[in-house]
Amino acid sequence: MTTHSEVAKGDSVHRGNPVTVDRYSAAARVNHWITAISLVLLALSGLALFHPSLYFLTGLFGGGALARIIHPFIGVVLLLSFLGLFFRFWKLNLWERTDNVWLGRLKDVLTKNDEKLPEVGKYNAGQKMVFWSMSLIIVILAASGVVIWQQFFSEYFTVDQQRVAVLIHAIVAIVAICVWIVHVYAAIWVRGTIGAMTRGRVTGGWAWRHHRRWLRELVSDKSKGKPKGVTPAE
Amino acid sequence: MFPPIQNPTTEAVPPKFGEADLLRRSASTITPPAERQTEVAKLIDVSKCIGCKACQSACLEWNELVEEVGINTGVYDNPHDLTPNTWTLMRFTEFENTETGNLEWLIRKDGCMHCEDPGCLKACPAPGAIVQYTNGIVDFVHENCIGCGYCVKGCPFNIPRISKVDHKAYKCSLCVDRVAVGQGPACAKACPTQAIVFGTKEEMKQYAATRIEDLKSRGYANAGLYDPPGVGGTHVMYVLHHNDRPEIYAGLANNPRISPMVEAWKGLTKYAGLTAIGAFAAFGFLHHLVSGANRVSSADEEAAKRLAEGERT
Amino acid sequence: MTNSWTDIKNTDLVWIMGGNAAEAHPCGFKWVTEAKAERGAKLMVVDPRFNRSAAVADHYAPIRPGSDIAFLSGVVNYLLTNDKIHHEYVRHYTNAAYIVRDDFEFNEGLFSGYDEEKRSYDRSTWEYVMGPDGFAVRDMTLKDPRCVFQLMKKHFEIYTPEMVERVSGTPKDKFLKVAEWAASTANGERAMTIMYALGWTQHSSGAQNIRTAAMIQLLCGNIGIPGGGVNALRGHSNVQGITDVGTLTAAIPGYLALPTDKEPTLEAHLAKRTFKPLQPNQTSYWQNYPKFYVSFLKSYFGAKATKENNFGYDWLPKVDVAYDALRMFDVMHQGKTTGMLCQGFNPLMSIAYSGKTVAALSKLKFLVSMDPIETDTVRFWENHGEFNDVDTASIQTEVFMLPVTSFAEEEGSFTNSSRCIQWKWPAADPYFESRKDIDILSDLFVRIRKLYETEGGTGKDPLMAIDWSYENPLEPQPDELLRELNGKALADVTDAEGNVIRRAGEQLAGFGEMRDDGSTDGSMWIYTGVYGPKGNFAQRRDNDDPSGLGVFGNWGFSWPANRRIQYNRASADPQGKPWSEAKKYMYWDGQRWTGPDVPDYVATIPPEQATGPFIMNAEGVSRLWVRGLMADGPFPAHYEPFESPVKNPIFPAIRGNPAARVFNNDMEIFGDSSEFSIVATTYRLTEHFHFWTKNVHTNAVLQPEAIVEMSEQLAKEKGIAMGQLVRIWSNRGEVKAKAVVTKRLVPLQVDGKTVHTIGLPLHFGFIGETKKASPINSLTPPVGDANSQTPEFKAFLVDIEPVSGPVA
Repeated sequence: MTTHSEVAKGDSVHRGNPVTVDRYSAAARVNHWITAISLVLLALSGLALFHPSLYFLTGLFGGGALARIIHPFIGVVLLLSFLGLFFRFWKLNLWERTDNVWLGRLKDVLTKNDEKLPEVGKYNAGQKMVFWSMSLIIVILAASGVVIWQQFFSEYFTVDQQRVAVLIHAIVAIVAICVWIVHVYAAIWVRGTIGAMTRGRVTGGWAWRHHRRWLRELVSDKSKGKPKGVTPAE
Repeated sequence: MFPPIQNPTTEAVPPKFGEADLLRRSASTITPPAERQTEVAKLIDVSKCIGCKACQSACLEWNELVEEVGINTGVYDNPHDLTPNTWTLMRFTEFENTETGNLEWLIRKDGCMHCEDPGCLKACPAPGAIVQYTNGIVDFVHENCIGCGYCVKGCPFNIPRISKVDHKAYKCSLCVDRVAVGQGPACAKACPTQAIVFGTKEEMKQYAATRIEDLKSRGYANAGLYDPPGVGGTHVMYVLHHNDRPEIYAGLANNPRISPMVEAWKGLTKYAGLTAIGAFAAFGFLHHLVSGANRVSSADEEAAKRLAEGERT
Repeated sequence: MTNSWTDIKNTDLVWIMGGNAAEAHPCGFKWVTEAKAERGAKLMVVDPRFNRSAAVADHYAPIRPGSDIAFLSGVVNYLLTNDKIHHEYVRHYTNAAYIVRDDFEFNEGLFSGYDEEKRSYDRSTWEYVMGPDGFAVRDMTLKDPRCVFQLMKKHFEIYTPEMVERVSGTPKDKFLKVAEWAASTANGERAMTIMYALGWTQHSSGAQNIRTAAMIQLLCGNIGIPGGGVNALRGHSNVQGITDVGTLTAAIPGYLALPTDKEPTLEAHLAKRTFKPLQPNQTSYWQNYPKFYVSFLKSYFGAKATKENNFGYDWLPKVDVAYDALRMFDVMHQGKTTGMLCQGFNPLMSIAYSGKTVAALSKLKFLVSMDPIETDTVRFWENHGEFNDVDTASIQTEVFMLPVTSFAEEEGSFTNSSRCIQWKWPAADPYFESRKDIDILSDLFVRIRKLYETEGGTGKDPLMAIDWSYENPLEPQPDELLRELNGKALADVTDAEGNVIRRAGEQLAGFGEMRDDGSTDGSMWIYTGVYGPKGNFAQRRDNDDPSGLGVFGNWGFSWPANRRIQYNRASADPQGKPWSEAKKYMYWDGQRWTGPDVPDYVATIPPEQATGPFIMNAEGVSRLWVRGLMADGPFPAHYEPFESPVKNPIFPAIRGNPAARVFNNDMEIFGDSSEFSIVATTYRLTEHFHFWTKNVHTNAVLQPEAIVEMSEQLAKEKGIAMGQLVRIWSNRGEVKAKAVVTKRLVPLQVDGKTVHTIGLPLHFGFIGETKKASPINSLTPPVGDANSQTPEFKAFLVDIEPVSGPVA
């Protein structure tokens, strides 16, 4: 049924008890956490300048002026870092027909009826939506952010353009935070997930339960004698 | 002659207003005093202005601003725009009046209008960086300014400028330091023709009425007072010969108001945004509460093990 | 000014021409806005440019530079042909009725007595017919064909509105509106003030420009009344003061004359100037000239001035010709000048034909500059590239710079355009080791005198004779100097009845107390009264205006005699009644002349005596026709500037003012319209003060760079874009400036030809905070007015081109 591989470079299964599966390489994890930290800092500094009741958050950055200075630079880090993630992950996030099925059974997702869901590859439809929406959001935030980056770019844009940009930036940033909440909540709610981004591996059961097609492919790769399929546990 | 403001005494004078007389404070919720101070206003009579730039010079001197020596680009406007150091600027327009066939050289002193509903203050995220006194003066408090440039976007008159040196916003303060001790702004003091006068807003309106009458007697049928209601009126007003077309005066805003973009940003978006974030967070929390964690079962692990060991499932 | 700044608020019509009051006199211009706002006065501006004054005017008419006399004569003609004159005023207060000699004539642009070789007139025919009683003959019906009024009608008839349009380029309707508005004041009910400045004086016919304006005001009856007058707006805060004090080479203080070679004795000098009345009962105030002159000599030489030695008259230098600034530099250029003491003066910037000025300065042995700022002149030897391209090594002039205090750092007095002497106190401490001008000059004087004393030399006697008895001879105080200008009684002064009116040693209260017997001194009669027995009136600061007419009688002291409006007797009719309630000012109350001002008249002379209101004149009336008092004619006539885009359309044979001086008759210095087709005019911008504020940062910010203003049509023709660098050159030099392309300048049709005018602000040089520029006077011709030798800065020919080709 799959026309392409669900396996990324570095993914592998380790026999043992329990079985463990390498999900993210060290580089991917570092990349993720840079992005994550940037995003959180951006959200904090952005919110501080967005609503007076949150202005106290500028204290985390050494005051309002520093928050104003640092925010766009973190934005640049986020953009570059996210580009790394994008090129790492985009292929496995391509939309498939089964994703529609998965989405159609969102109720089962939320009620933990995982067995009623189609077998999922490395990423489920929710993750893919987070991926693509973040990709779009970050592009928009970066673009609108440049327009309102007073210190360096104010002379290149009219005030009217800046007004549109600041509104877009604010709205899209809120969407970004909401998406982020979904992302983080999903990681917490689906136990066993966070390890994927900390230690880089998940248990076989986790993979079986949530990304069975991915696991199957990993295992079958091994049986086909590919070098990076299943390896004995150390 | 509008009665000029007397020279100050050499005695120290306690300020007539201060922190207790704030009507609005940026990014802060305050309770304004029960009683407002008398509203003040500066009236700029464009029909009396000879474009001598004494006001520009006085502004630089009083506020100890040092502007760069620029170049000439073919016009009398120097500097070419407002800057962090040029808080007021004469803008010259050569206007061919097709109705009379006469050339008119319109000279308008540009600068902060001190709106009753200040867009800069509305846009400002830094608590206390922009304040509005109950007498109507809108002032930038530089120690609180963070240099974000939001005031620029909030202003319907394109007035604030951000310094490239200290990255703070600057604009005309209506010489708040002078007004506090009973003086008029430096520009009004320096104006040789009383094209700039200062007093209570009510006095200014009455005085403007006499000027408008004079202009009408000279054939300017549309002479009028520029005190735009879209921003709740301003504390800097113009007498214009062509009040029906303020835009001919170097692009003075016709019916200005705070941009709908800024209104949306600082209005609906602000509240809806936080609500949305809260809603998402609450949904997660409630969902977890109701459905509990999605855990991997030992059956799952077993299944995985079987798969890894090569057994078919 | 005949009137005062504050009096302008009384006017009904302001006519600004030959000046740009809003631009160059913004503080005084407040009274124009006052008259407009409070009285509904109208403002009309006639100028080559739609300038800052025009920006607030009710009517603007363009004019070609240098054609003012044609325009003004057109107004004179309009008033006469339409009979829009103030008849009673003209009949009784002007010399309209006087009969002129039969041999006086005017033909083809020349008056009788012209000597082409000398470029000057024998003025003997320019005189009245004198009766057997020794008085001038008049015809009060004004019908006699040889009376001034009839001669005037004939002389001006050629200046029709069509001719004005042809010569000045002013569209007929715009000219006529000016004439009509002016005529609306010829009735004693309404007043018109004329405000002018260097836009009239800096022409080869400058003095006649102003005369023509005065004639218009006399025909309208606007002299001596509130809100009237011909008002010269002086270009410096104290230029009135330096003119009064007579720092011209042919004058002594108070508009008295320095003796000439032809006046070997005091008697000869006085005889020429002590004018006898030309009508019975006239005051002819110059009869008192000897009193003023002797008092001056007593001040100058003190006890050494005695009746026996003609009060030291012999010690005064006797001038051969007037050493005006143009001649001074011409002589210097000939290598005849050893050194120059340049005090508060930047001649490299301000004298015509800068190329010649640099060459002249290079021939000096030494140059001393006394100035609060570093001037371009003291750097004339320094190569500043294209802006001052000199070969430094070849210049041997030794240059000294003596820093002096600025006006704000020292005590003293200023005299403003209203003739009001106002004291000022230091506002700041002097910089570093700068010294006061007075102290430097005194120091020099004392040292030089000592050198002469020990070593001797030519002209030692006058130097020794000078009375220098100041408390500290090295630092005379401004207070002492003003007292000296005012004068005091040296012996008891008595009136005709023998009563003592001033005790010996007391300060004089007025110049009426001066005597010609050596019993008084006072080096400047017109200032007498400013520091009388009651103290220094220049320090008075009472801003009470009891009449509400802007007469601040206890503010400072307005010379002469604290009078605010000159000739104010003319504000009443011959019977002594105000011309109208609206213009009520000075009048006869049955006992004496009274009103808010000091009468310009003997206060007790009753109207029946028919003493004329113009008491300085021997006629007792004003002069529409000025006899032999002007070098270039008793009537004005239109002469083209020396550099003109057209031949004189009225008198085609005449180039320039026939009586104006041209050095060595050197016409080669002038460019021709075939080569230079564009008219240029120079002027000030409000953002700067001459060549001074280019050293001040704030002013440099407000106007940073040399500009040339031109019409859109000319810019298009020459391919010049807004803000582009433009080269401007005349027959004498070139400058570069940024193009200000404007609708405020328009090409005019002159004698069938399209004439473009460009405007050149004069402030920029190669020293200071503004961008470097060549002196604008690199372009201007070294020719001046026939009477005052004021250079023709306002009309000359140039050509222009964009420096870097057309800009897309």
